[in-house]
Amino acid sequence: MKRLTITFFAFLLALLPMMAIGQQLDGEVVKPRAGKFLLQNATVVTITNGTLNNTSVLVEDGKIKEIGAEISADGAEVIDCSGKFIYPGMIDGGTKLGLVEINSVQETVDYMELGNFTPNMQALTAVNPNSVAIPVTRVSGVTTVLSVPGGGLFPGTAALINLNGYTPDQMYAGFEGIVMNFPSSGRRGRYDRRSDEDIKKAKEKALNEADELWENAKSYASLASNGAELEYYPEMEQFAKATTGELPLLIEVNTASDIQAAIKWVEGKDAKVIFMGVSEGWRVADEIAKAGIPVVTGPIQSLPTRESDRYDAPYANAGKMAKAGVKVAIRTNGQENVRNLPFFAAFAAAYGMGKEEAWKAVTINPAEIFGLADQYGSVETGKVANLIVADGDPFETKTNIQHVFIDGYRMPLSNRQIRLYQEFLDRSPGLKMN
Amino acid sequence: MKKTNYFLAVLLGLSIQFASAQVKKGSILIKNATVLTITEGTLENSDVFVQDGIIKKVGQNLSAPNGVTTIDATGKYLMPGIIDAHSHLGLDVVNEATSPIVAEVRMKDVVNPYEVGIYRALAGGVTISHAMHGSANVIGGQNATLKHRWGSTDPADIIMQDAPRTIKFALGENPTRVHGRGNGIQPRTRMGVEAILRNGFNEAIQYKKSWDEYNSASSQKNSTVLPPVHNERLQILSDILEGKIIIHCHSYRADEIYMLITVARDFGITKLVFQHTNEGFKVAPEITEYTMGASVFADWWAYKFEVYYSTAYNAAILTENGAITSINSDDAELIRHLYHEAAKTQRYGGMTDEQALAMITINPAKQLGISDKVGSIEVGKQADLVIFEGHPLSSYTVPQMTFVDGVKYFDIKEDADDQRLKVSPTEMVEPVRIADDHNDRCMQDTEHLFETTNSLFLLNQ
Repeated sequence: MKRLTITFFAFLLALLPMMAIGQQLDGEVVKPRAGKFLLQNATVVTITNGTLNNTSVLVEDGKIKEIGAEISADGAEVIDCSGKFIYPGMIDGGTKLGLVEINSVQETVDYMELGNFTPNMQALTAVNPNSVAIPVTRVSGVTTVLSVPGGGLFPGTAALINLNGYTPDQMYAGFEGIVMNFPSSGRRGRYDRRSDEDIKKAKEKALNEADELWENAKSYASLASNGAELEYYPEMEQFAKATTGELPLLIEVNTASDIQAAIKWVEGKDAKVIFMGVSEGWRVADEIAKAGIPVVTGPIQSLPTRESDRYDAPYANAGKMAKAGVKVAIRTNGQENVRNLPFFAAFAAAYGMGKEEAWKAVTINPAEIFGLADQYGSVETGKVANLIVADGDPFETKTNIQHVFIDGYRMPLSNRQIRLYQEFLDRSPGLKMN
Repeated sequence: MKKTNYFLAVLLGLSIQFASAQVKKGSILIKNATVLTITEGTLENSDVFVQDGIIKKVGQNLSAPNGVTTIDATGKYLMPGIIDAHSHLGLDVVNEATSPIVAEVRMKDVVNPYEVGIYRALAGGVTISHAMHGSANVIGGQNATLKHRWGSTDPADIIMQDAPRTIKFALGENPTRVHGRGNGIQPRTRMGVEAILRNGFNEAIQYKKSWDEYNSASSQKNSTVLPPVHNERLQILSDILEGKIIIHCHSYRADEIYMLITVARDFGITKLVFQHTNEGFKVAPEITEYTMGASVFADWWAYKFEVYYSTAYNAAILTENGAITSINSDDAELIRHLYHEAAKTQRYGGMTDEQALAMITINPAKQLGISDKVGSIEVGKQADLVIFEGHPLSSYTVPQMTFVDGVKYFDIKEDADDQRLKVSPTEMVEPVRIADDHNDRCMQDTEHLFETTNSLFLLNQ
């Protein structure tokens, strides 16, 4: 009897460390999950093929396998979507997401390299798949973003990423572009107190530099294609890809006169050009449309560029360009708050763009602009399964995004901000001050 | 000669009276709106009658007296003017970053009625903003509450003269950065911030005591005691201790919020509002019990380290814990859509329409001490009103008309091409400013303290 007791206690003692470990690991992490999913009986807003009522979407092997009324649930995890809406995941055409964690802590800022000519700096290298901002973003329905380096004249190469993955390569969504900050005649906010003349001089100097670099890159490209043995020059090697059209040129340009100058600058060049920012696009919308250059504009919620502008100029900009015939995508230009993309689109919609066009501006238009319309931007069979399920219009704050699929993975709808909510809403044990 | 002086004095007195009486007050009748009263529910198809700047009647089938303009708001929403408890609009200077305590500085001395941002805020339905001193000092300057009477060129006319006095405090990275790291003086740490506060208040107690002693001695017959030297800084601090001034404190982390609550309790201060308050959710029960609440951002976070552990659910947690909660802008762009910022509390925490709208109307009014005058549509209150095309919490809504004291200052149908009140005669071409990310005016005028870091960082920009 006594022996038995001792054995029993020994057994318990042996268990103790295991129990302790068990306690330390209390809680549970939900991970992204691949599989075969049938999203049943929803209203599907396809973007490209209208809105389909009582329709199901089958997700398999990361792709949209089938869309229809009667799809066999065989082997699929069925998610009832009656009364709900399926949309394609939203694409933010310009952000610093993943390239910065805390903007004022320089050790965490990785979007700005030293030097004026650094096109070989790869955003994809610096994207941190574990940034806290990524799970905060994707629960809003934004599934794909362009991460863009900034700083000098040619600061680096931007990369399109899906907001799921453990490595940058897993996140890479198939588009890169070389960034150019077009020499600007605008002021950088209220602290920029340079004289008009200084701004003009700086602009002319930068433009000359850009011309020279372009000519050199063209020579580099032609020498390289003729099999010449070239010295190691990684900047030129990368930049040459813009002069041949191998990589698109993303030109950040904002003031009206700069936009006109940029249109002129790209004329006759063999470059695939995309304009970024374009704050004053509405002033020269017809010229942009005539030049056939697509635009990624934003942030929509921003101040007018001139004191005399109508108060709603930035809200109405996207709509005015679209009406003039420009292909328009919307960006937040954000980092931690890319989650506001749907609300930026709503503002664009309300101030003249209309809902349908605003939806295109965050789905199929950026997909087309980045040359990936066969994979992203709409709910169509064969496309990558980037989907969101919502109980209403995702542009409205009242709406809840209930499911997010990225690359066919069902994403956990949690993040640090939600966990803090759950921890502190009803604080326990409710300690009181003396 | 003496008579002339009296005459001139009277004239001067009259002209001052006249100047402050120049604030325009209007009479209007708004008909058939969905009236979001905030404090008394939602009234369908109702009318609001305003006379001389005051809400006189709220009901149905009201008719306008002769000469009063009637506005048909059928299908539209009417709500009280939006109030921003944290703004730097209309200020020429924001920071006096020369000492950890600058309580003597007053924002009403630097109000600039020409700032076009005031009109833009009106276009977003905002009728009142709290023009605050910056966050460079532990105890900053005295703030001004502004009524957006756009077109008034006298600063006195856009100041809400009947609002109580308020003062700016700041904790955390900003004051420690400016003083400890920028100037090599206390505070450099959060411990130092607490010490500055306690030292300041204790000095003020001494100051008050010396005046009390003088006052009681001087009332004695043949008293020869001399008065103490006047010190405006300490006078303001002792006014705070006497409850004459509401503290609005820039804060982020839970520990520092808790610290100020403790300091306030030790000194018997109850008029305390926390601003930004990103980690307020962690000490929500304490904020509820001991303060006038928290004024927070809807979703701003991670722009500096002390806001990294934030959550957009902050406002909802504070509200559910019973704290008076408002949503602020601290930004010239964000102030234009506070209705949308408030609406975000519906996605982040499921706030009801009433709760969300209170955060930009009656709650900031309570925090500014003006809730008996504005912040809801009630008979007897000042007629600061805004008409929205759709429900103000919809992302698609567009503000249509904004009234202050019953006077219409914004009408989307009459929005002129150029709303500036004055054009600079020296500017040949109007400068074009490209929006930067965060327009952090809280730290305006302090950049020179960080030129080395800034120039290194912005070398390429």
